[in-house]
Amino acid sequence: MTVTMEKPEPRAAGPLAPRNLWAAAATSYLTIVLVVLVVALPLIWMILASFKAPSELITTSPSLLPDSLAPTNYVEAARRAPFGRFLLNSVIVTAIGAGIKVILAIMTAYALVYVRFPFKNLIFAGILATLMVPPQVSVLPNFILISGLGGANTYWGIILPGLGTGFGTFLLRQQLLAIPKSLTEAAEIDGAGHWRRLWSIVVPVSAPTIATVALVSIVFEWNEYLWPLVITSDPMMMTLPVGLNALRNSESSALGYPLLMAGSVAIIVPVLIVFVALQRYIIAGLTQGAVKD
Amino acid sequence: MSVSTAKSGEAPIDDPPSPSVSIRPTRFGPRERRDFLVFLAFAGPNILLIILFSYRPVIQNIQYSLLNWTLGSSNATAIGIGNYVEFLTSPGTLDILRITLVFTLVTVGGSMVLGLLIALALNRRIRGIGLARATVFAPYVLSGVGVGFVWQLIFDPAIGILGVILRSVGLSNPEWFRNPNLTLVMVIIVYIWKNMGYAAVIYLAGLQAVPKDLLEAASLDGASSSRTFRSVVWPLLSPTTFFLVITTILSSLQAFDIIQAMTPLGNGTTTLIYESYLQGFINTRAGYSATIATILFVLLVIFTIVQLRFVERRVHYS
Repeated sequence: MTVTMEKPEPRAAGPLAPRNLWAAAATSYLTIVLVVLVVALPLIWMILASFKAPSELITTSPSLLPDSLAPTNYVEAARRAPFGRFLLNSVIVTAIGAGIKVILAIMTAYALVYVRFPFKNLIFAGILATLMVPPQVSVLPNFILISGLGGANTYWGIILPGLGTGFGTFLLRQQLLAIPKSLTEAAEIDGAGHWRRLWSIVVPVSAPTIATVALVSIVFEWNEYLWPLVITSDPMMMTLPVGLNALRNSESSALGYPLLMAGSVAIIVPVLIVFVALQRYIIAGLTQGAVKD
Repeated sequence: MSVSTAKSGEAPIDDPPSPSVSIRPTRFGPRERRDFLVFLAFAGPNILLIILFSYRPVIQNIQYSLLNWTLGSSNATAIGIGNYVEFLTSPGTLDILRITLVFTLVTVGGSMVLGLLIALALNRRIRGIGLARATVFAPYVLSGVGVGFVWQLIFDPAIGILGVILRSVGLSNPEWFRNPNLTLVMVIIVYIWKNMGYAAVIYLAGLQAVPKDLLEAASLDGASSSRTFRSVVWPLLSPTTFFLVITTILSSLQAFDIIQAMTPLGNGTTTLIYESYLQGFINTRAGYSATIATILFVLLVIFTIVQLRFVERRVHYS
């Protein structure tokens, strides 16, 4: 659609003509400031609201700052729902899920680049094509399979279906193809097998890409919603987003807002901290493949 | 094809179909057997998981779609294409398709136009630009559920800050959650808020790849900045635009978290993917849900093929 945007030349080129507005917007600091505010304000509002008492929030003239910074809502949320447990579940699912995913991606990429096997390109295409099969399409058959195997409300049931990775394999394969062959060949001549070549040469050399894949996987697993939503019904096995949804359903909407904001902070702020610290890697990983060289 | 057909000026090449041409000298020795096993051990688990949890469900959906089957029940009746007929003739279907189309077009168009605008603003070397870039991208990595709840508080007709702002300038705050047209607008706004940073960063990378000498040449020729953008920059960005069109349409068609968080019953926001979820897991109609999932998958495949075949040809590669 956007490819064919051949706009006709505007007749009047006054200061308010579309193309001049466009140019003005693009060159203005105001745009940057505006966009940063539009992005940041809702998140700041969330943090402020998470410290407000219901009476401060449920009003038609809300104040900007909360009366006190006591974590009342966090304590109350943890009293109404097992929030500590949600947090623990999220950490476990994220750590194990992302950890296994990264190892699978490294080993698959190594095999695709260094190990001789028939139809490797076809296999790679098959792995890559999974990116076109949305998880939402596969959720029902996976639910029937996993719950039939007794995986509902278990850690393995939450983690297992998402472990196969096309994205990580793709990124790491690109990286491995860029490693000079002389490095691994030297090790081969020294008698190192594939296992040793993988861990003592390929992995250390690829550390930045592995970090990227790991970070992206961690963020993805942490935010993952649809699958844990359908496969868990026991609050003790829910991850943070699923638990927060359960809390929302159990509270009358207006009174629940302070608790919901406390819960949203618990989901969003850890990712924000990781993102601020390591944004270079995360942005690189999530936008890889976009710009052809 | 290798049979000698003498072209003018070329000596006929005698190329009998000898086995040595097509078969590479790979005898299946111990080394090859070891490599074979190593490959299976290294890549096998990942491939198995992908087959089991990504490809098998596509086939299984087709099987389920031919059943009248309540989720969790042990009885299912084969009803042929009954579910497909029901979907195509159901009065709600047109609305679902309309919502899917509007949601996809507006979120894709909106995040790309805003993304390009932001990228143009960010494409300069000034202090703090890295921080601005990171801020704009940040919502993309945040939980859709958390983001949905935050915006639900902002949009709340009674106590939301948006209403306070609208009223302070003399406007009334509409019933965002009751009116099905407004729920769609609301969800679209939040989705664009969360995803425009992605388009912005991709466009920014595209802009930074535009050769400086081309821009200098254009300005020496006296081209205005908007003329330069239209005639030089925009054509060079077409691979980026093409990439973004494909990736953002695919992700818009898969949008779930924000829709579920803000409008759990899908009031006015029931896209194809959400209808499939509602039918499967709320109404427990497994067969009907699988039918919609299958239809969506076919649409995705058709769409991808069409994109690859027809759009890529019109893209200008530098």
